[in-house]
Amino acid sequence: MTSSPMLTHAYSVKRVQQETYDTFTLELKPKSDIQTKSFAPGQFNMLYAFGVGEVPISISGDPAKRDVLIHTTRAVGAVTNAIWKLRRGDIIGVRGPFGTSWPMEEAKGCDVVIVAGGIGMAPLRPPLYQLLSERQEYGKVFLLYGARTPADLLYQQEMEQWRARSDLRVDITVDRALRWWRGNVGVVTTLIPRADFDPTSTIAMVVGPEIMMRFTVAELEKRGLADDKIYISMERNMKCGFGFCGHCQLGPFFVCKDGPVFRYDRIKPFFGKGEI
Amino acid sequence: MSEGKRMETLEPVLAQHPFLKELELRHLKTLVGCASNVRFGAGEILFREGEEANQFYMIRQGKVALELLTPERGPISVQTVGEGDVLGWSWLIPPYRWRFGARAVELTRAIALDGKCLRKKSEEDHDLGYELLRRFSSIIVERLEATRLQLLDVYKAPP
Repeated sequence: MTSSPMLTHAYSVKRVQQETYDTFTLELKPKSDIQTKSFAPGQFNMLYAFGVGEVPISISGDPAKRDVLIHTTRAVGAVTNAIWKLRRGDIIGVRGPFGTSWPMEEAKGCDVVIVAGGIGMAPLRPPLYQLLSERQEYGKVFLLYGARTPADLLYQQEMEQWRARSDLRVDITVDRALRWWRGNVGVVTTLIPRADFDPTSTIAMVVGPEIMMRFTVAELEKRGLADDKIYISMERNMKCGFGFCGHCQLGPFFVCKDGPVFRYDRIKPFFGKGEI
Repeated sequence: MSEGKRMETLEPVLAQHPFLKELELRHLKTLVGCASNVRFGAGEILFREGEEANQFYMIRQGKVALELLTPERGPISVQTVGEGDVLGWSWLIPPYRWRFGARAVELTRAIALDGKCLRKKSEEDHDLGYELLRRFSSIIVERLEATRLQLLDVYKAPP
């Protein structure tokens, strides 16, 4: 029997990993005998801090690992700050997974360009895990990642491991840095012209603040990528998670159900429109 | 190195750089006369803020950081440029002074173009001047857009 999408399951906190000064990664395990539900890269869960509230958070773990559920988030409001205070063994409610996923099947045989801005790296880690686990199925793979400063970069140890791989091109940039930083300085869009992907056979996956995604899409289009080969993940005020309450409506779409991952040509008329 | 030898070696190098893509051969030959090969080791200063700006650089390899000196935090990198990029347009606009400093982050090879020489040749040949301005305008616009995006500080946590 399928459980109701409104039903919260109790999970216990296995580990809290501080990523940056305001961003952390939670590792969760089901409290009862239920197995962690499988998820597709790009999907999100509703996390419930008891007595405080519920928030939608992207899943940022490896989709192949079913024993643990991983979320990375930033402490910005009452709920995420309450979640941040949780420690090993504390209980949290989980509903999901919800929403659409990255086009992993469609990307097979193509080059893949992942463009992440800031906390947008979190929902792009699951597709990257999958790409790397089935590496022979894809063409060239690029991770282009922009952050505010070097101190704001997520998954720094893992980044080093990814950078060491010969089958993955990792290019990182920050908006500003002190002299010790030996990497790139500048906006993430400046990395796109340097990535030697084949625009006729490439899938792009983009997550970040909407302004960053707008500039990124424009740069990808300049490189010759068609709108139906660009995928973006949108963020809206999601409440129920399955298109029932209407809080996250964007034009004809419900971001929680029809998104968060959208093919750009479908969302284009509503993207960057202030009235919607 | 003799002028003849320099022209023989630098012309194909200049022609291959993205900044000069599809430039007319006669203009390319003019540019070769103002060009020289340069190399900077990691940490080496290319120019300092406030100094006279009499050249620009077409980067062939490596990485250069544009820096601004702040009293509280020392030098802050505001941008890096690398292979295929162009560094510096202060030579083109009065008062011909660098607004930022530049430092090689790693071993960098570039072609340096003599700004005084190019300003003189552009006055003599307005077609060449127009071509250079057109190419620099597009870089300036790209950098302006990037700067606006940086100013928005889009990755900052919402208030």
